[in-house]
Amino acid sequence: MNTRLVEITVGLFVVVGFAAFFMLAMNVSNLITYESNEGYQVSARFDNIGGLKERSPVAVGGVRIGKVAKIEYDNESYEAVVTMDIEPQYNRFPIDSSAGILTAGLLGEQYVGLEPGAEEEFLVAGGEITVTQSAIVLEEVIGQFLYSKADEK
Amino acid sequence: MLDKLQLIGQKQLAIVSRLGQATIFLYQIILTMPGVFVRPSLIIKQLYSTGVQTLVIILVAGTFVGMVLALQAYYVLVDFGAEESISQMVVLSLMRELGPVITGLLFAGRAGSALTAEIGLMKSTEQLSGMEMMAIDPMQRVMAPRVLAGFMALPILTAIFMAVGVLGGYLVAVHGVGIYEGVYWSLAQAKVDFYTDLMNGMIKSVVFGLVIVWIAVFEGHDSVPTSEGLGQATTRTVVHGSLAVLGLDFLLTALMFGDI
Repeated sequence: MNTRLVEITVGLFVVVGFAAFFMLAMNVSNLITYESNEGYQVSARFDNIGGLKERSPVAVGGVRIGKVAKIEYDNESYEAVVTMDIEPQYNRFPIDSSAGILTAGLLGEQYVGLEPGAEEEFLVAGGEITVTQSAIVLEEVIGQFLYSKADEK
Repeated sequence: MLDKLQLIGQKQLAIVSRLGQATIFLYQIILTMPGVFVRPSLIIKQLYSTGVQTLVIILVAGTFVGMVLALQAYYVLVDFGAEESISQMVVLSLMRELGPVITGLLFAGRAGSALTAEIGLMKSTEQLSGMEMMAIDPMQRVMAPRVLAGFMALPILTAIFMAVGVLGGYLVAVHGVGIYEGVYWSLAQAKVDFYTDLMNGMIKSVVFGLVIVWIAVFEGHDSVPTSEGLGQATTRTVVHGSLAVLGLDFLLTALMFGDI
């Protein structure tokens, strides 16, 4: 086997390897959606966040507009503080918008759903959404259902 | 009774001293590495025999593993009405575990055994001592390019394995069971993280690559220079290489994904 052919096939091999890696990074992983760092952050307080995690989606009307950046617990008010990264082009949320923790499908992943309000002023970086609705915990719902059934009798 | 104890002690000491020899051997190779970069043609030749010649088996295995994964995932998920999540199952298992591990196992069988046999034969035909006579360091001339090439080839092979696996899963999911094409990619993108999943898989493959070529080259260099000894050394390379890949994979998984 002459050297030229060996070198050509090795070059091809390395190029194909990098192409494969590139294809995986671009097509299959979330690398493309990473650049949301230029967005702005807003926070919201919830009594109960259920199964929400960091990097869970933030959506309006089912359309993804950002992700959960940070989840903290406030020791003073006994509430969970959820900080969200919103992509920069979605900067027209009225300050009385509300946030709720919803579930995609019956058993699906939990996400933050935003509901735009009616005020003239818009949320800015570091703003806080005051109207929130906690996650629905299935056990509590079933518990309430059982109690109400028991009361009927 | 004491004889038994002595036997255990002997075995233990033999294992430890062999590990020590192997470590010193690797250290010697690493010391000669800078000289290898002066002659990259040696590395290219080894990349050809360890990397390019392993490519075909990696392509075939990757496609079929991806296809089987997709079929199995469909079989289970369809009961829950979640068959659209096939891609997440296929992509995540390929990136986190199957990609590095199966590529490592195939690499140990295909390239590792060839390395051991080659170096073992060089030793038994006294080519290595011949080089020393001519004041050529066999560590630098023979071992170091092979270790470097294997070290570089395995991550590339792993990336290719993952990519064809994902495409094989795509074939079955989209054209076989009829998942909508966009859903396949977008659900994978929603779940797979570039750093935690893809990069950790690649890190695994780098570790596996180093360990496999290290074992292969050491076994070849350490083999008994007879036809029987050569056969045993080749077997040991494949067995120890595969076991090392599987054991290390557990350790690395526990370290990388343990808290998730």
